[in-house]
Amino acid sequence: MKRGVEGRERPRSRSSGDKQSQVWACLRDVMDPELDESVTELNFVTRADVDSKDRVYIEFRLPTYWCAANFSFLMADDMRRAISALDWVKGVSVVLGEHMYADKINAGLAQGRSFQETFGAEADGSLDDLRQTFLVKAFQRRQVALLNHLVGLGLSPAEIVSLTLRELGCLPLDDAGEKLVQRYLERRSVVGPASGDGLAFVDANGARLGADGLAGYLSSLRRVGINAEFNGALCRGLLAARFDLDTPFVPKSRTMPASPGT
Amino acid sequence: MYRTAKGEEIFVIDGHTHFWDGSPANQKNIHGKQFIDCFYAYHSNLSPPSEKWEKEKFEKYDAKTMFDDLFVTGYDDMAILQPTYLTDFYKNGFNTTERNSAMKKSHPDRFILNGAFDPRDGTKGLEDLHALSEKHKLKGVKLYTAEWRGESKGYKLTDKASYQYLEAAQKLGIKNIHVHKGPTIIPLNRDAFDVADIDDVATSFQDLNFIVEHCGLPRLDDFCWIATQETNVYAGLAVALPFIHSRPGYFAHVISELLFWVGPDKILYGSDYGIWTPKWLIDKFMAFEIPADVTKETGSVLSMEAKTKILGLNAARIYGIDVEAQKKKIRAGGGYAHLPEAVHAPR
Repeated sequence: MKRGVEGRERPRSRSSGDKQSQVWACLRDVMDPELDESVTELNFVTRADVDSKDRVYIEFRLPTYWCAANFSFLMADDMRRAISALDWVKGVSVVLGEHMYADKINAGLAQGRSFQETFGAEADGSLDDLRQTFLVKAFQRRQVALLNHLVGLGLSPAEIVSLTLRELGCLPLDDAGEKLVQRYLERRSVVGPASGDGLAFVDANGARLGADGLAGYLSSLRRVGINAEFNGALCRGLLAARFDLDTPFVPKSRTMPASPGT
Repeated sequence: MYRTAKGEEIFVIDGHTHFWDGSPANQKNIHGKQFIDCFYAYHSNLSPPSEKWEKEKFEKYDAKTMFDDLFVTGYDDMAILQPTYLTDFYKNGFNTTERNSAMKKSHPDRFILNGAFDPRDGTKGLEDLHALSEKHKLKGVKLYTAEWRGESKGYKLTDKASYQYLEAAQKLGIKNIHVHKGPTIIPLNRDAFDVADIDDVATSFQDLNFIVEHCGLPRLDDFCWIATQETNVYAGLAVALPFIHSRPGYFAHVISELLFWVGPDKILYGSDYGIWTPKWLIDKFMAFEIPADVTKETGSVLSMEAKTKILGLNAARIYGIDVEAQKKKIRAGGGYAHLPEAVHAPR
């Protein structure tokens, strides 16, 4: 559930607390590209404030001092884009802390430069390619999780490969299944058009899956999942070790009461 | 030495150990501090709580502590010392061949001393490699393709200079090239830890063995593909193995993929000491069985024979160690005197 008040009329819908909730809601949709998890769920974001002139201040940190600069830049850029999409925002400052390239990245972000412009010859490949690579990996990982779930429910390979997107949306599933469908659908368009009559399951090139080859297809996707699992476990653990997350992490700014009347 | 319930003796060669100095006194700059802090985070995060060290001990441990952890408390019979210079971060380097050679000198039957080179060091570096090899009779080197050197943030094995160094290594009889391809430190250009360059040099240098440390994680899929195609590419288990405690299900998947693609003859145990210690790693490894559902999926079984190969026989083969002769030497030197006539069978 989204916290905050977007979409609902309230007398104080433009108060700073509500704006801050909107900012947090935006950040929740920004993913770590390699882990395919939200930067807020991962505890990366330590500050999200709005000042009286509607400027937004974000601060974040990563599991290690050495986390790849391109991923770091990409996340910061995604945060800036997501927040800039709010119509009332007059400016966004995103600052990365305790990182080997913090100064360089922060200067690049502050001046609105691209990753390539920021790092020059050391940068290798544009961020758009990198973004696409990891969107495809996220698609595959979400797909294999959903397919395994459907196989477990007893759907046959023939049924699965012929499902349309509309039919997928109508399957009677429990909460866990619904969540897998929702997460999958968020990435389905990465690999091709996703209209209701279109096939629910296609491969990374947008081609349809064969019923006979489904088992082999699933095991080939398995290693994508193993890699993601490795990264996820490592990053969560390293962040916890680095910043002592034994105590539940509550950003200062989130402790401010957000609802009217308090 | 590890003894099973049936009385079998398993000879253990630890493929990956360090004798480092990451203490504040040796740190040259913030990077030096952050490097050892990052290692400590790995240590804290993946060790069982009872095995966690104090920060100060972790930054710099003495030779006796290391010897005891490996050979007295731990089950290692021999250990390979892998250097990591990091001279841009540490005044005297982090873990140089020179520093490691003190361990080798005190316990010649226990340690295999590896060297290192960096193709960016040019002709001078080649001369140094000759001298280093002559002095220490090197059989292996450890390479850090992502190590910073001035403005450069890494190199590839396919660079022309790398070829010159590998040719020199071959001539000098340095057969084993350990390459760090793993998650420890990630440079600006993530390709510096990419495994693809291994493919090229493994084909070009058939007489050399390439041991990919940390099995290329988190790019296990790319690594398995390369290792399958090349007969002289090995997987080093350091960093992958400690997941056996915190994420055994995940470790089961990794070892299954490695057994399936790379095979039991080309996987090497390594503790990555002082990040982790052999005792708990091997206790858990010996007790470990791949769960039935994973075996069903991959067809991989971690048999006793496979464990024996991974723990020591594979490294003995590529380093030319005669296991029985080595055991005699260690026994004659009193190296097994501390071993009770007990067994180490998994509980």
